Amino acid sequence: MFQTLQETISRLTTLDRDVFAIAWLSLRVSLTAVAIGLCVGIPLGAVLAVSSFPGRSILVGLLNAFMGLPPVIVGLVLYLVLSRSGPLGSLGLLFTPGAMVAAQAVLATPLVAALTRQVVADAEAHLGDQLRSLGLSAPRRALALIHDTRFSLVTTALAAFGRAISEIGAVLVVGGNIDGHTRTMTTAISLETQKGDLSLALALGLVLIALVVLVNAVAAILRGYALRAYG
Amino acid sequence: MPALDLDGLVLTRNGTRILDGLDARIPAAGITALIGPNGAGKSATLRVIDGLLRPDAGSVLIVSQGPVRRAHLFQRPALLRASARANVALALVPLGLSRTERAARAHAALVRVGLGHRADAPATRLSGGEQQRLALARAWAVTPDLLLADEPTANLDPGATELVEGLIAEMARQGAKVVLVSHNLGQVMRLAADVVVLARGRAVEQGPTRALLTSPEAPETRAYITGEFPWTSFAAAS
Repeated sequence: MFQTLQETISRLTTLDRDVFAIAWLSLRVSLTAVAIGLCVGIPLGAVLAVSSFPGRSILVGLLNAFMGLPPVIVGLVLYLVLSRSGPLGSLGLLFTPGAMVAAQAVLATPLVAALTRQVVADAEAHLGDQLRSLGLSAPRRALALIHDTRFSLVTTALAAFGRAISEIGAVLVVGGNIDGHTRTMTTAISLETQKGDLSLALALGLVLIALVVLVNAVAAILRGYALRAYG
Repeated sequence: MPALDLDGLVLTRNGTRILDGLDARIPAAGITALIGPNGAGKSATLRVIDGLLRPDAGSVLIVSQGPVRRAHLFQRPALLRASARANVALALVPLGLSRTERAARAHAALVRVGLGHRADAPATRLSGGEQQRLALARAWAVTPDLLLADEPTANLDPGATELVEGLIAEMARQGAKVVLVSHNLGQVMRLAADVVVLARGRAVEQGPTRALLTSPEAPETRAYITGEFPWTSFAAAS
């Protein structure tokens, strides 16, 4: 154990270009997936929060349930969709970073939508009567409430990022863990652990944690600055 | 100016009868005050008039020659986390104005309520008095035909109260029908031309302000004005 830790520290100081390439790919894939998740999930969650229609509570329940979608199942379904004989096979996305982005976006979107719906619904309880009294349409009210809750939605984005960058099941199935092409931090850690190179796996794990902490710290600083300026 | 005809309004929420067959004719001219004890149904009546609550029975008829533009001042202004100007400009979105027109009109309204110098300040950082003036600017900007004001000075100091009262009176002079909910009988005397007294979800008396407040006829009105609470003991005595 002690020897593994010593080796881990040594590996960290000598991390090579390949490791940085893996880290960069992980960041790129997860940030893109989260961006897609935010673009789809925030409007969806906000509209659900301000509107009422038959079946809305069922939709909200489904969305909440989908927050816990098993990544490997998402990977499997996407694999079937993107494989040569699948409906989107002609896109040639399987075993590419694009497929990994799609998988993580599918995981991130329900999470973003469900958390946004809750945050916006809370704001709606406070501001809803005023906004309806102004005669604003439901989409316009949703937009106003998204703007009002933007600082809280940063936390939603961070939760989605955490879900995306830490998952392994989906990217492994649709990405294939191809060295230099679709290998991410999580798939690399899994592989090195299986190979018995625990010090390298641990070193990669520390880099992954550092990335997550870094992204959260940047978001917290930006959120604090925006709150002071516009809060 | 629109006149309002409230006919048999019934509103029940969570098993509580809030409005219990409320009938009232609110004239088109000037300021009409709704007074009565807490729980009488005053705020609910404003919300029903504004379409925010759908009554279980009865109707609200707004008698007007054209479409009626409404504005609603809530007791605690609900403001977005945005600048004062953006809060006012949002109210102008349904009017179909361009972004530039909205910003200019919002700024003019803020200047009118004495907040021109705070136009870019975050609305949530304004004082309580400034926030209520901002809410008034939001109402002012849309030039409403009907202003519903729900205890707009309840949380304000005397200086801010005077300012808000002055602005409401000016809106009425410029042609808005104002329905004012207030517990401040001095304010009602200063502003309102006529009064509707509510008790237990019904209108129990209506008439010109001075005559009604100086010689009330309904026992509920006398009890309210002289501070004989609670209603339950009054009901038991009668």
